[in-house]
Order: sequence, then structure tokens, then C-alpha cells
Amino acid sequence: MEKRELKPREVKLMKGNEALAEAAIRAGMDGYFGYPITPQSEILEYLTVEVPHRSGVVLQAESEVAAINMIYGAAGAGGRVMTTSSSPGISLMQEGLSYIASAELPCLLANINRGGPGLGTIQPSQGDYFQAVKGGGHGDYRLIVLAPASVQEMADFVFLGFELAEKYRNPAMILADGALGQMMEKVDLRAEGSLPKTVPPWATTGKPKERGPNVITSLHIQSEKMEEINLHLQAKYKTIMENEVRYEEYQIEDAEYILVAYGLSARIVRKTVDLAREKGIKAGLLRPQTLFPFPYERINQLAGHAKAFLDVEMNSGQMVEDVRLAVNGKTEVFFKGRMGGIIPTPEEILEVLEQIEEKSAALQD
Amino acid sequence: MEDNTVLEDLELVYEKPHTLSDTAFHYCPGCGHGVAHRLIMEVVEEMGIEEQTIGVAPVGCSVFAYHYMMVDMQEAAHGRACAVATGIRRLLPEKYVFTYQGDGDLAAIGTAETIHTVNRGENIAIFFINNAIYGMTGGQMAPTTLCHQITSTSPYGREVEAMGHPLKMTDLVAHLPGAYYVTRQAVHTPNAVRKCKKAIRNAFEYQKLHKGTSFVEIVSNCPSGWRVNPADSIKWLEDNMLPMYPLGDLKVPGKN
Ligand SMILES: Cc1ncc(C[n+]2csc(CCOP(=O)(O)OP(=O)(O)O)c2C)c(N)n1
Repeated sequence: MEKRELKPREVKLMKGNEALAEAAIRAGMDGYFGYPITPQSEILEYLTVEVPHRSGVVLQAESEVAAINMIYGAAGAGGRVMTTSSSPGISLMQEGLSYIASAELPCLLANINRGGPGLGTIQPSQGDYFQAVKGGGHGDYRLIVLAPASVQEMADFVFLGFELAEKYRNPAMILADGALGQMMEKVDLRAEGSLPKTVPPWATTGKPKERGPNVITSLHIQSEKMEEINLHLQAKYKTIMENEVRYEEYQIEDAEYILVAYGLSARIVRKTVDLAREKGIKAGLLRPQTLFPFPYERINQLAGHAKAFLDVEMNSGQMVEDVRLAVNGKTEVFFKGRMGGIIPTPEEILEVLEQIEEKSAALQD
Repeated sequence: MEDNTVLEDLELVYEKPHTLSDTAFHYCPGCGHGVAHRLIMEVVEEMGIEEQTIGVAPVGCSVFAYHYMMVDMQEAAHGRACAVATGIRRLLPEKYVFTYQGDGDLAAIGTAETIHTVNRGENIAIFFINNAIYGMTGGQMAPTTLCHQITSTSPYGREVEAMGHPLKMTDLVAHLPGAYYVTRQAVHTPNAVRKCKKAIRNAFEYQKLHKGTSFVEIVSNCPSGWRVNPADSIKWLEDNMLPMYPLGDLKVPGKN
């Protein structure tokens, strides 16, 4: 093969989708299989321009069903592989994802979430939280779910996603939304080749004499064996929960009112926190960067001192269920959401926060 | 074999390929899957390519193919073998990749993957086991089920007006420019077995050329699904299957 120069670390102005695609090449992606869907088609487009003269393979599949199964095959063959889509396409991938999780194949997905249900709207949404975090496909399995809130994280989480997927032999998903995919920001791109790579010993690359056949499968007819596999998976998920929780805090130290939000919502809530502080309300933000594993422990800790929680999402209230689990009745948890592709404004969230503050002040009188 | 004394004086002229495991096949008596497995593994052994071969077995009676075929294998979701094989082959372009699919798998739930994989001319071999029935799930109607054939979901016979026509996938696929070699074979007689093995060999050899997909349909007995005994299933196949699915090459390199 021709020697090609690896790209050095670079700072660029890029769209979220493009940053994600560029990061994938820099992270040493061997294969990308995808199908066009708004608002993430730029990823496939970018890769079809770049990959042929850089490294790896890129293929436009005939459907998301095919794409996720190409991922299965290619990941099983030991490749570092990625697919991306938006909500309806991710729905089509759920059967394949369940197989991938069961066969313990590392791979990276990105869902550039748009508004649903159904064909819905191409506007940004966080309506796929349940699907991403609680399973989506059949059976007891988990994805590692990363929630970027900036173009920088769209790129960084590609590296992190591949790293965690390979470390745990588990599919990882970047759960972003249409706005993060489309917005342009400055991004500091890691150097190409900076993520180490080895061909895993279990990969189906052709059987040398020294070993028996490698088999990638999710079929275990005997219940005892299937339970054993399940226990193994659950133990793995527990390890992930113990070691991989990531979150960011803003103005949390003295906060009496804790807002919880991820992704795009968190950016807006950050502004709400500033507005609230100007008005003398001690608000703070906890932004989960990993949705699975979820920062239950940290939220539970904070619940000990907080007057109330306000969870903000671009859906009907999905992550709020996890916030309530974490708070575990220690204090009240409120929810503010917009749906259908509507992005809430910092001001409308502030209004809700003010009502909560009034209410809790009244309770204390 | 307990008593080897008789065998000692005899010359061993035919044995199981070492690419086939010692595990006893789980297939019903008279089923064609075992013969087809053996032929594929014989070819892999004879070509000396077991270290470069990766097989894909989707859901169907042959989902446990990896218990028998001693090469690296991937089990695929129902209908998705061609997509899985595409993923493998794109990552490992110098390896031999084959799928082994039933008619329900390849011609119903996996129709799109089949057509598009061949249309892209993926350099893989597709072995399509056509037994005109859903064997694994207990004998339901398949896309290849014959007109008036009785199955558990066409209990009065397949009525084409309501249930559609037998789908001749191999004929369809032969029209695609991505197909390099398309043939229909069977494994119900010694002569058919010999011809089938040649076709399987071709399908592997052609992968070296990077010229497109090799597609080998194998018309195969399913006595349990057809509700006939194994001996009668041979005649049943000749009388019913072969008129609809005539044996022979549909596309041969250099001839089309
Ligand atoms: C998504 C999905 N739908 C249905 C099934 C159930 N199923 C398993 S095998 C099969 C049909 C098998 O028939 P065929 O592909 O012709 O292979 P054969 O068993 O006859 O060899 C079906 C419907 C499944 N496993 N997955």
C-alpha cells in the first residue's frame, strides 16, 4: 500500500456531523456502512469523499437493516467500524444491535436524533433516550451511550466511543441531535493514528492451524447456557457502571436548584443557570456525558442538599425517570420538556425554575 | 467404530474432510443440508483454503453449521447473511467468504440483501439451499413453495392468487450484472452430487478473480417438511421441484 501521511492535530471550524466523520477517520476506523437520512447525511457524504484516499472502506448500504448487519460482519472480522443514522433508521437497526450486543462485538453508532414518533420531523429531538439507554432491541442488553453537547464532543466521543466499545466488547452509541449535527463550531481534532489498535483474538479472520475456529454467534439453545451469557453481560454492564460514568457540572457547588440536562438541552440550561444566578436563584447544572452508565450516585449525593431538581429534555420526559431513580425521594424532581423538534428557550426554562423556587419558598414559610 | 480389524486390510479410499467436525449432524434423515455441508468443506480442504475462509450461516435449519464446518464462522440474523458477508469481505478483501442460506432466509426476509449484494458484485460465494419449505420452524410455506404444495401454513395447498408464486430467485439474480457465476444444482443423486461439488469449487475459485458474486442454488430434499419418507423424497424432488427449478448453469463466465 502507498504510504500516506497521517493528519496531525488540527483546529478547524466544522459542522458537528463533519467533525464526527473526520474524527472517525482519525480514530482509525476500518469500515463505515450507512444509509442516508436527514439530519446526518453529511457523515456518509464526508466519508465517501475522504475515505477513498485516506484509509478504510465506506459503503452506502441498501438499508439500515443491511448497514447494521454489515457492521456485525465487519466487527466480527475484527474491524473498527461505525454506522450512523437518525431516529427512523436507528429503529431499523434494533434487531441487529441486539445480535451485536449478544455476540459482544465492539462498534460505534451515532444517532443524530430527530423528532418522532413515525417519520416525524427532521428537527432536533431527544425522543430516542429510552430506545438508546433502555435497550431498544429485544432481550436484556445495554449500549454504552455518550451524549455530546458540542462539536468538540462530537469529535472527542468518537475516540472515546471506539475505546470503550473495544475495551468492553460492547456496542457504543453517540446520542446527539439534529442541531448538534448541523451547527458549526471550532473543534480541536486529535492526531490521526493516536488510538491504538489490535486485531482481537476472537475475530473471524480465517483460522490458522494453531487454533480452533472462531465463531461469532448469539445463539445458545440451552437455557442454562443462555442464562450464563446473560449473567456475564450483566456483570460487564455493572463494571461499566462502576468505571465509566462521566458528567460535567456547572455552578453546582452552592446550588440549591439542580438542573439536569444532556446534549443540546444542557447548552440551553447552562444559559438558564446564568439567568437564574443574575436573579439570585442558586441554580446549577449537572450534564451527564454518559447516559449509560448514568450518574445515579452523583445525583443521589446532590439530592441530599438540593431543594429541588429540574430535568430538562427535548421529549416528554424520559431521562427524568432515571433522575427520579437517583434522587430516590430525597427531594422533589420537576420536568420541563418540549417535543416534536422544538428547542426550549433559556427563558421558558427559567420561568419554570422560578415557579419551583416560589413553591419551595412557600413550603418553607 | 469399535472393531477395526476388518478395516485394517482395506485401503481407505474416501474419508471425511478434516474441515468437517466429528459432531453428528442434527439434520433429519434424508435432508440435503448434510451433503451440501460436506461438499463445501471438501472443496475448502481440497483447495487448501481453510485458513482464508470465513463462512456465514444465518437462522434456518443450518444455523448450527459452525458446529460442523471447521472454519471461522459467523451466525447471522434471519435474512442478513449477505449483509454480514459483505461486511466481512469488505474488511478482508483477500479472504474467501461464503454464505449458506435457506430459501426463507435468502428469498423472503433477506431478498433485499441478496439482490443488492449480488448487484454490487460482492466477491463472495452464496450457497442457496432451496427445499421449498421453512424447515427450522416446522414446515411453513416458503417463497419457493410450489403451486398447490401443502405446508403447515398453506394447508389446502399454495394458491397463487392469494399466496403469490414460487419465487425463482436464481433466475432473478442471473440478470444482475454483478453476478459472475449463477447455477442451479441438486444433491439427491450421486451424479447430482458430483456436479454440485464442481459448481461449489467454481464458486470458490472465481472469488480469486474479484469479478463478482458466485451464486449456487442447491435444490435440496426436506422429507420432514414435505411429509414423505427419505426414499420417496428423491422422486418427489424430481417430480415436483425440478420442473419448476430445472438444474443447470444460468450464467457462466465468458458465455454470457
Ligand atoms: C426475524 C426473524 N423472523 C423469524 C424467525 C423464525 N425463523 C427461523 S428460521 C425460519 C425459516 C427458515 O427457513 P429457510 O430459510 O428456508 O431454511 P431451512 O430451515 O428450511 O433450512 C424462520 C421463519 C427468526 N429467527 N427471525
